[in-house]
Amino acid sequence: MSESPDESSKWEITLTVNGKRVTVQAYAMERLLDVVRNDLGLKGTKEGCGEGECGSCSVLMDGVLVNSCLIPVLQAKDSTIITIEGVQADGRAPVVQQAFLEYGGAQCGICTPGMILAACHLLQKKPQPTIEEIREGLSGNLCRCTGYLQIIEAVKEAARRGAAT
Amino acid sequence: MRAHPANYELVAPGGLSAVLSLLAKERGVWLPIAGGTDVMVEYAAGKLPARKLVSIWNLPELRRIEVFPGEIRIGAGCTYTDLRVHDMVGREFPLLANAASWTGGIANQNRGTIGGNIVNASPAADSLPALLVYEAELILVSANGERRVPYSNFHVAYRKTRLAPDELIRAVCLPRCFSRYYAHARKVGPRKAQAIAKVCLAAQARLENGVVEDIRVAMGSVAPVPLRLVRTEDSIKRKPIDAALLRLARQTTAAEIQPIDDIRSTASYRAAVAGNLVAEFLQALSTRGMQG
Ligand SMILES: Cc1cc2nc3c(=O)[nH]c(=O)nc-3n(C[C@H](O)[C@H](O)[C@H](O)COP(=O)(O)OP(=O)(O)OC[C@H]3O[C@@H](n4cnc5c(N)ncnc54)[C@H](O)[C@@H]3O)c2cc1C
Ligand code: FES
Ligand code: FES
Repeated sequence: MSESPDESSKWEITLTVNGKRVTVQAYAMERLLDVVRNDLGLKGTKEGCGEGECGSCSVLMDGVLVNSCLIPVLQAKDSTIITIEGVQADGRAPVVQQAFLEYGGAQCGICTPGMILAACHLLQKKPQPTIEEIREGLSGNLCRCTGYLQIIEAVKEAARRGAAT
Repeated sequence: MRAHPANYELVAPGGLSAVLSLLAKERGVWLPIAGGTDVMVEYAAGKLPARKLVSIWNLPELRRIEVFPGEIRIGAGCTYTDLRVHDMVGREFPLLANAASWTGGIANQNRGTIGGNIVNASPAADSLPALLVYEAELILVSANGERRVPYSNFHVAYRKTRLAPDELIRAVCLPRCFSRYYAHARKVGPRKAQAIAKVCLAAQARLENGVVEDIRVAMGSVAPVPLRLVRTEDSIKRKPIDAALLRLARQTTAAEIQPIDDIRSTASYRAAVAGNLVAEFLQALSTRGMQG
């Protein structure tokens, strides 16, 4: 590691992404979002605001929903990351995705990967959420298109179909 | 302009003592980063003055909740989610559990820490009024040892605290003596989650024989620092709750706070809301408050 703050050097950082162990060369302060999109080529994770407000960059880190735009990649060292590309491995996701399709839960699609991950995270903790709990679970994910009602209906339907089992 | 990661250094020495010796060796050089929900926002905007950061995220020494007969010690690295799922925090310190549930969305609650909220020292921070009401004490730790300070005089001016450059907050201590209090929290803002409050209130009180035996009221966004309304409390104590008291409480509240105009609201709106929140609390207390 270099002493001069003007030019820190890259680290070798290993993490497990969608079930595969990967090692990237990255600056410690690089955002997990950029590593996922640029180094790993997983473009399903979107950048909306870049400041924690919109949730379009959501991933699951060690099973927990986080905004990857606010995570320096060094803090993700040795962690397990699931992005939208890998979420199918989670049994809940296909049911949630199907419900989004049927209920008009996706329009332009920018918020959708984050919404799906937030919905899976919610259903894992609360298999039969109330409407209030769905609203809360998705409150960090903004959507400029749908007006949210279709999304909430989709999550409710996914829960009804037993997405959590 | 957006920050370039090559211009920043971040290290993660792993254990608390390694972090503390780094902070001691180069005082004021290294900025701790916990969940990063404040630091990374500044960084993204290119406004982070620090160039060297040291990660304290998930340090085991900072991320536990210890329960003692007389107090509960919440590690400064506990996230809002950690607070929300902890039974005793919810049961005995509902104002803090409430504040945790109001702080941003779920992803933010999974990363944002109580220690970060305290040191970031925003006058609008949601958990800080609760700490004032519970008369929290902070355990500060450096390579030279620990000291314990009341939170009420930690936060000295707008976004300024008494934290020394080589110190971390290790834990937040809350005394377990409030089981007979009626607790009440309100956040007034554009929406509950994910929005900075225009005014937030944390309060609790105990009624005895129809009079307010003890009362603690604190607010965010009504002064340069989170404010405990001591004069308002004194004007209410040992009185029955009636129309005259509500009027008096509104007046003393408006006189005690020091609100400002900013992009989120105006001073006069905040003064009116603050008075109403205290009056609303007293009304709820008189109908639902526990009789001791
Ligand atoms: C989208 C979004 C919504 C938000 N909504 C709210 C809200 O509704 N209410 C609210 O109050 N806040 C809100 N915040 C602000 C933020 O989430 C909180 O202040 C959070 O508690 C910060 O904790 P952190 O661990 O992420 O801090 P960091 O960003 O890691 O650090 C913040 C500061 O604290 C210092 N620090 C952290 N831990 C310690 C420690 N143990 N000892 C010494 N110094 C320490 C750091 O050096 C830094 O100066 C929001 C932020 C975002 C991005
Ligand atoms: S891009 Fe990360 S929250 Fe908006
Ligand atoms: S579908 Fe366009 S932002 Fe949600």
